[in-house]
Amino acid sequence: MTPVTRDQVPSLRRGFRLQWEPVQNCHVLLYPEGMIKLNDSAAEILQLIDGTRAVETIIAQLDERFPNVPGLDEDVLAFIEVAHAQHWLQLH
Amino acid sequence: MPNTGSSCTETSASQGPPLWLLAELTYRCPLQCPYCSNPLDFAQHKTELSTSEWIDVFTQARALGAAQLGFSGGEPLVREDLVELIAAARDLGYYTNLISSGMGLTQAKLEAFRDAGLDHIQISFQASDEQVNNLLAGSRKAFEQKLAMARAVKAAGYPMVLNFVTHRHNIDQIERIIELCLALEADFVELATCQYYGWAHLNRAGLLPTKAQLDHAEAVTNRYRAQLEAEGHPCKLIFVTPDYYEERPKGCMNGWGNIFLSITPDGTALPCHSARQLPVSFPSVKEHSLSHIWYDSFGFNRFRGYDWMPEPCRSCDEKERDFGGCRCQAYMLTGDASQADPVCSKSPHHHKILAARAEAEQPQPPIEALTFRNERTSRIICKG
Repeated sequence: MTPVTRDQVPSLRRGFRLQWEPVQNCHVLLYPEGMIKLNDSAAEILQLIDGTRAVETIIAQLDERFPNVPGLDEDVLAFIEVAHAQHWLQLH
Repeated sequence: MPNTGSSCTETSASQGPPLWLLAELTYRCPLQCPYCSNPLDFAQHKTELSTSEWIDVFTQARALGAAQLGFSGGEPLVREDLVELIAAARDLGYYTNLISSGMGLTQAKLEAFRDAGLDHIQISFQASDEQVNNLLAGSRKAFEQKLAMARAVKAAGYPMVLNFVTHRHNIDQIERIIELCLALEADFVELATCQYYGWAHLNRAGLLPTKAQLDHAEAVTNRYRAQLEAEGHPCKLIFVTPDYYEERPKGCMNGWGNIFLSITPDGTALPCHSARQLPVSFPSVKEHSLSHIWYDSFGFNRFRGYDWMPEPCRSCDEKERDFGGCRCQAYMLTGDASQADPVCSKSPHHHKILAARAEAEQPQPPIEALTFRNERTSRIICKG
């Protein structure tokens, strides 16, 4: 996996859509003929990925909302790395 | 009948929602693929739900929890209200998939679908080679049209899945198939070995590849997968093996009536698209609500859970993984839909699978000798 740097700007790959599903009571990532149920932290990160925010901005905004979570930046970086390797995300 | 009020209530409480809705909009199709999964007697089912009936189905299924919607057929493009159906489905919040042969697709339609919010298009090919493709499709112009439309789909900004149904006549060209898909910039490639239902079951001897053919195709696919991964290439190759070469059955549809809901052109609700052939009565969306159909109908509860299973499934420690395999395959090969899927080596009918494998090793007639899927043949095979 390619390491992610904080200045990169992630965006959802074309054809991927984040959506809240009330019946499943969670966010899901939808893509051609598939669906991934997301846990709360993955959903929080993905909601901030809009193709304009850099990784460092996403981390800063999450830090502000969840001030007492240790190692939050490492978690965000790890998630983006995995999501990129899965080709859910593109990095610019 | 193992259907009582109390068992229904119990299922209803533990059963999750449908997540996948397959809308078989029509059985009409300009192609004649001899492995079509439509029922053999499709020509007898001519009625199609109206635009408003389909939108009502989409609305009900979405409320139950369905998030993925596939427009299929037949060829869904022959429905003149497709743009309207796509727009309605997208407004409801579905991820909308158009599953098409590409025949009848035009640049203007692609743009109209995109404006209506269509999320993704899957185009199926019959072969990487023009002549074989057109022979299988039963159309002289099919290949050229498909290539042009695959390029147009990408140019219009859609994610694209290319689907190749593979069998003994094209599986040896797997390398060319993959190269073609990469050249067309497919995001996902489904190399789907024929599943032997509907017309494919009728033509099984002429379609089933040999074990050597299958092993070769899988090795080539794995080589490409490794190469794509090393390049960080986004294209994903999905290889579907024919279960005839397995010793354990597939966990068909993730379990009967578990996440998948299919609606036929005339509004019959099915737990999988080939279940219509089973001697089970399935409800119609014209007579019942989808909630009743999904949670309470006899058809959808018939093979839920494990109580319906005879041996060897009943006491098998793998039953929660494969649910006894496929009910349609059990019915087609044993005459009894509650039997273990004969793919399983524990099935007393497994010899039928072994016989099919042995048959595949023998020379088989050419493509031209297969029974092609068209209305005339459907009427000859199935007397109304």
